[in-house]
Amino acid sequence: MSVQASPTLFMASASAAVAALSDVITFKRVARLGEDALRRPTGSEMWARAVHLCLRAAARGRRGFTSKADPQGSGRVTGELIQHLERLSLVDFGSQEAVARLEKAIAFADRLRAVNTDGVEPMESVLEDRCLYLRSDNVVEGNCAEELLQNSHRVVEEYFVAPPGNISWSKLDEKQPFPHH
Amino acid sequence: MQVTMVSVALKQGQVTPTELCQRCLSLIKKTKFLNAYITVSEEVALKQAEEAEKRYKKGHSLGDLDGIPIAVKDNFSTSGIETTCASNMLKGYVPPYNATVVQKLLDQGALLMGKTNLDEFAMGSGSTDGIFGPVKNPWSYSKQYREKRKQNSHSENEDSNWLITGGSSGGSAAAVSAFTCFAALGSDTGGSTRNPAAHCGVVGLKPSYGLVSRHGLIPLVNSMDVPGILTRCVDDAATVLGILAGHDPKDSTTIQDPVKPFTLPSLTDVSKLCIGIPKEYLTPELSSEVHSLWSKAANLFESEGAKVIEVSLPHTSYSIVCYHVLCTSEVASNMARFDGLEYGHRCDSSVSTEAMYAATRREGFNDVVRGRILSGNFFLLKENYENYFVKAQKVRRLIANDFVNVFNSGVDVLLTPTTLSEAVPYTEFIKEDNRTRSAQDDIFTQAVNMAGLPAVSVPMALSTQGLPIGLQFIGRAFCDQQLLTVAKWFEKQVQFPVIQLQELMDDCSSVFENEKLASVSLK
Repeated sequence: MSVQASPTLFMASASAAVAALSDVITFKRVARLGEDALRRPTGSEMWARAVHLCLRAAARGRRGFTSKADPQGSGRVTGELIQHLERLSLVDFGSQEAVARLEKAIAFADRLRAVNTDGVEPMESVLEDRCLYLRSDNVVEGNCAEELLQNSHRVVEEYFVAPPGNISWSKLDEKQPFPHH
Repeated sequence: MQVTMVSVALKQGQVTPTELCQRCLSLIKKTKFLNAYITVSEEVALKQAEEAEKRYKKGHSLGDLDGIPIAVKDNFSTSGIETTCASNMLKGYVPPYNATVVQKLLDQGALLMGKTNLDEFAMGSGSTDGIFGPVKNPWSYSKQYREKRKQNSHSENEDSNWLITGGSSGGSAAAVSAFTCFAALGSDTGGSTRNPAAHCGVVGLKPSYGLVSRHGLIPLVNSMDVPGILTRCVDDAATVLGILAGHDPKDSTTIQDPVKPFTLPSLTDVSKLCIGIPKEYLTPELSSEVHSLWSKAANLFESEGAKVIEVSLPHTSYSIVCYHVLCTSEVASNMARFDGLEYGHRCDSSVSTEAMYAATRREGFNDVVRGRILSGNFFLLKENYENYFVKAQKVRRLIANDFVNVFNSGVDVLLTPTTLSEAVPYTEFIKEDNRTRSAQDDIFTQAVNMAGLPAVSVPMALSTQGLPIGLQFIGRAFCDQQLLTVAKWFEKQVQFPVIQLQELMDDCSSVFENEKLASVSLK
């Protein structure tokens, strides 16, 4: 759920925010994020963003994401859905056009409803009538750790290095909503 | 000149692999403006040529492909050679292994000229959406096209209205069409080999699913992807297929049946053939020129004694929607591997793994890829899974059954258009977005991928504008040899003209003037 960027708003709705956050988030982390926010550009930019975020937090996705609803869309792409998809895909929409494209894609896919598929089994593979063979469990290759490690940007000895994993992604930390690419 | 004949010339010493290699490299340099190649592996190719030469001197050639220049689409892993998929996500990525099909070609002594350009991650039907820029269709610069344009008194800048190659294997198609190599590997998920083949006037073969290994082909849709083969004639496609086909223990979706290389018979009698014409493929969007060539082809078969009948594939109108759902869903899953940790692009942020993955993927993927991932994940949501993904899988069965029914009724081969029209100018193509274009352009080709059948696009004739138009033959599953036999007969009947890229050929003109077999022509 959204975390407020402005310190004032943060304090005001801290309880609401904390209630909405998953158990993983600790107060310490929330405070740290507040610090990060302070380092951001100040001024009207921040306020506008804070207001925007506050409204979203309040609405909790019950409202449509934007007033500029795509006329072609089914209106099914709500703010909540956008956040959900972005979190699942770990890829952001990036622009209003992308949301509109998703709406069109959904409308396009809806045409499938017209097909009668009663009694039809889903087809997973065209080779479904054949057996999938297992090969024998013998080690025939490997010992190429060095080669594989070479492709990574961050490696320590024989380990791939990743940032801490127990922090749930909140997109607000990392970027503005809908940056212009 | 077909590959087997070049092979003979190499054996007889009329030309050496190094000379052949140098000629192709020089053509690649001359055609750089086509942007067909992302990476030109000059040193590798010359070294391979040297080794091939040694083999020929000793009389120990490895086979028909020994010393023959080939190109590989940049979504096949090539050991030690950058493999980018035309994406920022894999820019600078150097695979530590060769894709099985690449290895098979190299084991036969083929010379790897380079990696060809494509749409980013093979998503697209124009070869316009990669980070290295669009690929230009060599026919834009052909004498045939230029003369027609002069006749219609087009006075604008010659280069501003260049044509697309089609996609997503546009780089491979352009490379073969412009004589920079004898064969090229593409990939075919929804028509990505056949579409550019038709637009570039070359042969584009999509083998049966399960015949050719996908190990090392960066996957898009695991249940539909197939490595594709692009060549200048059907015999060459058969030669390459003979080498690539067969079980691969590293790809469990390859069939176990033994496969042997084959030579295509030269059919003289087609009276025992039954050609099916699917009536649903006659859509209003089909250009009148393609329609008339399609009719002409059907009449040709009939006049030579074949049985030509109209057939029905009733679920055709739903196939593009079904493909759209299945494709985006599998893509969403396959693209999840790109997180910046083990290979590929990695962003600078290190707050958390999820934040790092998100930023890496935002920076690495373009809009098209991101759009498909998001759409795919929508269809895979718990609340949507049954209604979209499973529904599409059911419709897929109906579509596959349509084909089974048609082939069971005695049809040997289906004849359809490959594309709606000839290649269009880039400025025209980009007026619509990638998804819309893909939905329009894949209409004749993607049902084949859903059913896993073999199909081949064969260039038939030039349009009134002087541009190639190809037709598609679809065969029964694992009857690739029969399919290619029919295609070869057709190719011989229509005698599609050779592209005239005169200015580029100046250096090699002395060779081309010589009509005798002894001269090795890149044509």
